[in-house]
Amino acid sequence: MVGVVIVSHSQTLAEGVVELAKLMASDAKIVAAGGLDDGSPGTSFEKIYNAVEEVYSDDGVAVLMDMGSAVMTTEMVIEAMEGRKILMLDGPVVEGGVVVALEASLGTPLEELQEKVDEARDTKKLDN
Amino acid sequence: MIDILKAIAAKIDEEKDYLTELDNEIADGDHGVNMAKGFGAVVAKLDGLAGKDIGSILKTTGMTLVSTVGGSAGPLYGTAFMKAGAKLAGKNEMDGKDLVDAMEAAIGGIQMRGKATTGEKTMLDALCPAYDALKAGIEAGEDMKDALAKAVKAAEDGVEYTKTIKATKGRASYIGDRSIGHQDPGATSAFYMLETLLANI
Repeated sequence: MVGVVIVSHSQTLAEGVVELAKLMASDAKIVAAGGLDDGSPGTSFEKIYNAVEEVYSDDGVAVLMDMGSAVMTTEMVIEAMEGRKILMLDGPVVEGGVVVALEASLGTPLEELQEKVDEARDTKKLDN
Repeated sequence: MIDILKAIAAKIDEEKDYLTELDNEIADGDHGVNMAKGFGAVVAKLDGLAGKDIGSILKTTGMTLVSTVGGSAGPLYGTAFMKAGAKLAGKNEMDGKDLVDAMEAAIGGIQMRGKATTGEKTMLDALCPAYDALKAGIEAGEDMKDALAKAVKAAEDGVEYTKTIKATKGRASYIGDRSIGHQDPGATSAFYMLETLLANI
């Protein structure tokens, strides 16, 4: 099963996305890497690195990030873990996180997850 | 190099409230505090690096910034110092040409990491004109200090220039036109680093 890491500047936001995703996919391997080591806002190289390690398997790991340094720091983690199967997904963190956790728990491979996130982004919430 | 980095850390710490205030006006207000935290962690490591080559010192500085800054400045300055360090690997002294090469590598790292270019209201608006001035001076045969003085002036002008443009990269881009009139905190911290380098070589 593909592992999932949610990276956010906010620890509570990242944990909240994991909480929400687990409601839909209780057996998903999804973990939060939000905030700095002391819980203050920011993105932590170590937290992201450790989170990827925690859910890593040969099936790979999908990472969803919020903005700015969350993206750049994740890139640096992936460079530091060169040769591992880790993919950054581009899309909404909440909807994307839920969909990716669900799909991963159902056995969808890493390579097909970006498509699922795209669908989540394009799904309208209102009729108008 | 260790003394220069300590001086930069002291300058950043001195200006952290101002940098945070600048960042507060247009973005998330973490730049000064984050940079001070990052350079504080760098200082804690510097004494252990005594006797190492410039490349190793800069590389450790970069890796420490990546791990401790927490905002965009972490991966950006972290990559810059790591790239500059790779360029100066094995060197114990730095001449004008080395400085040009190191700065070119650092800017290349920032552009690669941030997918940014000049005119977007970022640290590059201070660093790129500074690099151009430094390179022109060194190529014209000026000594490092004279060329670097021109680079610092160019960086200062670059910081002024950021007041006139709209942010299209980074968190400040969310406020669009409302960012015009405000000075970019990243360009400001980059200027402080160059100014401190000049004062300490």
